[in-house]
Amino acid sequence: MSATLELKNISRHFGGLKVLQDVNLRIPQGGIFGLIGPNGAGKTTVFNLITGLLPPTSGSITFDGKDLAGTKPHIITRSGIARTFQNIRLFKEMSLLENVMVGMHAQLRYGNLGLLTTSGLFRSEEKRARERARELLSWMKLDHKADDTADNLSYGEQRKLELARALATEPKLLLLDEPVAGMNANEKTELMHEIKQISARGYTIFMIEHDMRFVMGLCQEIAVLNFGRIIAQGGPDAIRNDPQVIEAYLGREDDEPAADGPHGIVTDGAPSAVAAGVVPTSVPVPGAQA
Amino acid sequence: MLEQQLINALSLGCVYALFALGFTLIFGVLGVINLSHGAVFMVGAYGAVQAITHLHLPLWAGLVFSFVLCGVLGLLIDFLVLRPLRKRNAPHLIPMIASIGVAIVLNNGIQGIFGAENLRFPSGIVSTDSMELGGLHLTALELGIILLSFVLMGVLMFALKRTQLGRALRAIAESPKAAYLVGINVEGLFFLVSFVAAGLGGVAGVLIGLYSNALFPLMGQPMLHKGIAVIILGGMGDIRGAMLGGLFLGFAEVLSVAYIGSNMRDAVAFGLLFLVLLVRPKGLFGTLQERKV
Amino acid sequence: MSGFDNFWAVYSNLVLGLGINSLLALSIYLTLSCGMLAMANAAFMGIGAYTAALLTMNYDTPFIVSIAAGMVAPAIVAFIIGKPTLRLSGVYLAMATLAFGEVVRIVVLNTESITGGALGLNGIPQQTQWWHVLLALVVVLLVLWRLRHSRIGRAFESIKEDETASGLMGIDVGAHKMLAFVLGAAIAGLAGTLNAHLTFFIGPNEYGFDRGVDILTMAILGGINGLTGPVLGGTILTLLPEVLRGFADFRLMINGVILVLIVLFLPKGLWDPARIRNWFGKGGKQA
Repeated sequence: MSATLELKNISRHFGGLKVLQDVNLRIPQGGIFGLIGPNGAGKTTVFNLITGLLPPTSGSITFDGKDLAGTKPHIITRSGIARTFQNIRLFKEMSLLENVMVGMHAQLRYGNLGLLTTSGLFRSEEKRARERARELLSWMKLDHKADDTADNLSYGEQRKLELARALATEPKLLLLDEPVAGMNANEKTELMHEIKQISARGYTIFMIEHDMRFVMGLCQEIAVLNFGRIIAQGGPDAIRNDPQVIEAYLGREDDEPAADGPHGIVTDGAPSAVAAGVVPTSVPVPGAQA
Repeated sequence: MLEQQLINALSLGCVYALFALGFTLIFGVLGVINLSHGAVFMVGAYGAVQAITHLHLPLWAGLVFSFVLCGVLGLLIDFLVLRPLRKRNAPHLIPMIASIGVAIVLNNGIQGIFGAENLRFPSGIVSTDSMELGGLHLTALELGIILLSFVLMGVLMFALKRTQLGRALRAIAESPKAAYLVGINVEGLFFLVSFVAAGLGGVAGVLIGLYSNALFPLMGQPMLHKGIAVIILGGMGDIRGAMLGGLFLGFAEVLSVAYIGSNMRDAVAFGLLFLVLLVRPKGLFGTLQERKV
Repeated sequence: MSGFDNFWAVYSNLVLGLGINSLLALSIYLTLSCGMLAMANAAFMGIGAYTAALLTMNYDTPFIVSIAAGMVAPAIVAFIIGKPTLRLSGVYLAMATLAFGEVVRIVVLNTESITGGALGLNGIPQQTQWWHVLLALVVVLLVLWRLRHSRIGRAFESIKEDETASGLMGIDVGAHKMLAFVLGAAIAGLAGTLNAHLTFFIGPNEYGFDRGVDILTMAILGGINGLTGPVLGGTILTLLPEVLRGFADFRLMINGVILVLIVLFLPKGLWDPARIRNWFGKGGKQA
């Protein structure tokens, strides 16, 4: 059910702006891998490259041994990579059930012509899709709202729906882009539990997050991105104590003079509580419930 | 003979440019494809004819009358139709559909009032004098069209590039929300642009009316199509592109009529439009920007 | 029964027109349900009409063959121009398709020897029977209904909401848009064929901008939340000119007024299940 994702010497430039430089990452089968770094470091760009929304300027990405270069996003998804979004991209006017069923699109076995005949295959596949969708929703504890429209959900519920929808594509690798941004403490604990369960079922998980406690509590291995470069990679303890990482996050307070060179801070006057993982460094997303 | 065609092309191109300018202003600043611009153009022509025939105004007064009449019309359209849609944050195809409705109302309204037959400006309204310029024959009308167009375009360019007002408009074109946040009176400027753009359309209508000497209720439709072609050619929202695109189209049309035949004349605009959309959607001069909301 | 015969003698064209307009509204519903504002269906209607009429008039083909040709021809054209055009979005797509429509009209005007040019085609055998139109409408409705309640329908709706997210669900967005475009063209061609063999005469100006706007208005008026909306819109817009007969030229204005009013006040069209539910106090699922 899981596979290896490898990024080799990945660079991405936009004109003169070097968003990513020489990024090397190896996501092993199974397990939970984390990518952290200050705002603007280029983390979401990494996801955009993996899912085929952007081409790398140089370097290669292989999944399960196959080079993903030039592959269209929907094919990449069908090869087993699913993703959630930093700023939630649900189909707001569709019901929860329908949202998840959309994720099952590629799994359904009736062809486009097949649905014109009242064949048993069409009916049974639709039934299967419906059941699987309900199953995923109940896993995320959302099944009681299955027929509600997606924009009626609370913020935390929307994130869980995105997760259910991603799981519906039967992925091997799950890319989670800030899965707990804007959630309250209870919701985070619940999601942490759910992600552990997902991992236990054999899915490989690769997540971007700002909440340190969340990341440290879940990930076996963590890479740190700053100004487009990987500055550290290792287990939670190693990362926590890495001086370069600490400097990248702590940087300087508002009233201190600028630190030397390119290790300057990107977040705006973040309190030092950041390093303790208590306060998320990301800007609160509109609609977040306290 | 070719040189003579160039004069034709220049005058025609100037009118196309004027029309396209109004059209692209509305798109650039208000973010709306206003498909009623053609109808407004037509109202300008009809308005001038009526003013000159019934009020016995001289031509220059007729032009001013049209500018103001259409300006007010444009203002009304914005206030009654486009503004409520703005307030609702309607996706930008919706105002376009609404503007189609406005065009239908205007086109058929005018037809209902004035009938479908061709209308003409009273004879003698434009002097039939002509002059020789470097071996080329230039009628007073052609000279007038070219001069007036260049003056109007010059004023517009100056206003946009060198004045505070122009800077404010360019800021709104980039991002209305940001412009609002720095204290620009965005709604007020929307009204201003609606007025001026429609006024320019009306003036273009008068000029074409004089040039072709045939006004009819649906005269705005082919013009609208050409306007679309011009702004895509020149890049949507790009003022300089609209002017250059208009001139370009004028030349392309006249030359194709001279060398290929007059049937395909309207097809030239569309052929170009199609080609540009397929090959270089941002136009020859423009930049394909998604408006930052 | 003679009461019905009288009614039919007077109103048969109107009733058949209802069916044909409903088909047209359904044809644009397809592309609208995918989030595309494609204004080429009048042109596709024309292509279908001319193809079928020419076959019937010049080669005496059986009606069913003409109908098939009238659907396949616009579908092929749609496929050809779809490839480059459908990657445009929003207003660019709308304008490209509008322009395409004009190009078709101009081509027809300039190929007099085949199409009769500005004079159009006269004397098309009036082969359309009421049951042709009814059958066509029922079949199209069934097909669209089935499409809607399958993965394709869900895919369309997801594309309409968020193309990028939809693609990342494993949906081939380009292929689906092409399907909507080509199928819509075929349905418009069907409507055109039936119409041509009803009205006996067709001309290039019938398939231009005005027709395109009519088709759009029908769909917007009725609403595109389902299949009922387009049929409702088609029906109303067919009956309206009859009802407004007394107003002469100004009745065409009404179309424009309707468009503006609907866009301003009833953006989801007349047939909006959620709003209707609210009216009847059932509350629905909306907060």
